[in-house]
Amino acid sequence: MRELSADALTGVIARLCVEANCVLPCDVKARIEEARKTEPWETAQGILDRIIENYGIAEANAVPICQDTGVCCVFLKIGQDVHLTGDIRAAVDEGVRRGYAEGYLRKSVVKDPLRRVNTGDNTPAMLYTELVPGDRIEITVAPKGFGSENMSRLAMLKPSDGVEGVKAFIRKTVEEAGPNPCPPVVVGVGIGGTFDKAAYLAKKALMRSTDERNADPYYAALEAELLESINALGVGPQGFGGRTTALAVNIEWMPTHIAGLPVAVNINCHVTRHKTAVL
Amino acid sequence: MDRRIQLPITRETARTIKSGESCLLSGVIYTARDAAHKRLCELLREGRPLPFDVKDATIYYVGPTPAKPGRVIGSAGPTTSYRMDAYSPAMIEAGETGMIGKGKRGPEVVEAMKRFGAVYFAAIGGAGALLSSCIKEAEIVCYEDLGAEAVRRLRVEDLPVVCVIDSEGNNLYESGRNAYLASQK
Repeated sequence: MRELSADALTGVIARLCVEANCVLPCDVKARIEEARKTEPWETAQGILDRIIENYGIAEANAVPICQDTGVCCVFLKIGQDVHLTGDIRAAVDEGVRRGYAEGYLRKSVVKDPLRRVNTGDNTPAMLYTELVPGDRIEITVAPKGFGSENMSRLAMLKPSDGVEGVKAFIRKTVEEAGPNPCPPVVVGVGIGGTFDKAAYLAKKALMRSTDERNADPYYAALEAELLESINALGVGPQGFGGRTTALAVNIEWMPTHIAGLPVAVNINCHVTRHKTAVL
Repeated sequence: MDRRIQLPITRETARTIKSGESCLLSGVIYTARDAAHKRLCELLREGRPLPFDVKDATIYYVGPTPAKPGRVIGSAGPTTSYRMDAYSPAMIEAGETGMIGKGKRGPEVVEAMKRFGAVYFAAIGGAGALLSSCIKEAEIVCYEDLGAEAVRRLRVEDLPVVCVIDSEGNNLYESGRNAYLASQK
């Protein structure tokens, strides 16, 4: 049994908060730059050029790529052979507090959804924990902007709706969102499980690199087909028209009930941020 | 070719700006998001004066990141505009002529724009680092307790925006998409 103080999480999370907000992941940059090469519509080309210029400026000056530095989603994959001492929740929130202060990041969290007073330090984090084999802890920090979060949807489809119903729902969600979530978007999809698990899977799908397709060839093909059909919608970068509406579609799935077909679509903007470290 | 516009935008100028036109804005604009709009509209309802002159004002829907030492402002891109739809008709009636944000607007906003003469611009969502370089001065006007959502007075130079909805109700989100789709047939 490896023993580790929860406090060890704090410094790592603080650093990841700053890096995730100022440096766009390589795979997302690659998708945007590929899209710029294949985009046939002139207005859209101009928008993609400015998006590329923007993340260049952010990285060079260590300033946030986007002013919505998000609610801070923290994913901990905790090896079952690690014994964490101390208060994990407090250590994670202290990391977020420190990162958002030191990195001059925006504090975008209200304490209560109805009474709406800003917590002033971007805490609490949205904390997700998973137990895995081994004696290490994998920490992923993913700042999530709400322009795209607000355009996310969930449907409890019927088994008879099948794959066609799932495809139609995903396409409709992206089409109705239109310009609002800052396209080109990354589409995270969760299929199966329960009401809440489907939403969780959709969020988890956004953590996967856009370089990686689903390990199951059936779902990998579905991802490719959906990306193609979403990019035929014509919404385009910023909704001004064009081919590049989405950069990737990532699907996660799990078993579900004989009576159900839950599907959740979690949309992310072109500033799809996440950064991982291992302790 | 981008059209250079010196702020403030009068009702008359607003009526000359057309959907699809790329513009570079220079002069003074004010920032306000959801929480600030709520307070401003409460003042309007009570018939009390606003903390800044709303006549011919352009409002930028933005909550910037904090300025690093030596900088005017942090990242400062637009937030999604539809959340201001509940407030915009009253603001336009009070004198606002320009709105900068991103995303769709409701029919009640477009009606007020047509009736009084106002334009809706979009800045590039997610390009906050780039847009902040056009902001030369920033100061808090009111509602400092709202943090990023406080009302700020900004002096901008050549802020790149696109007129999405003009004072006749023409909408680039519809026409741009349709033109692209037609080109693919």
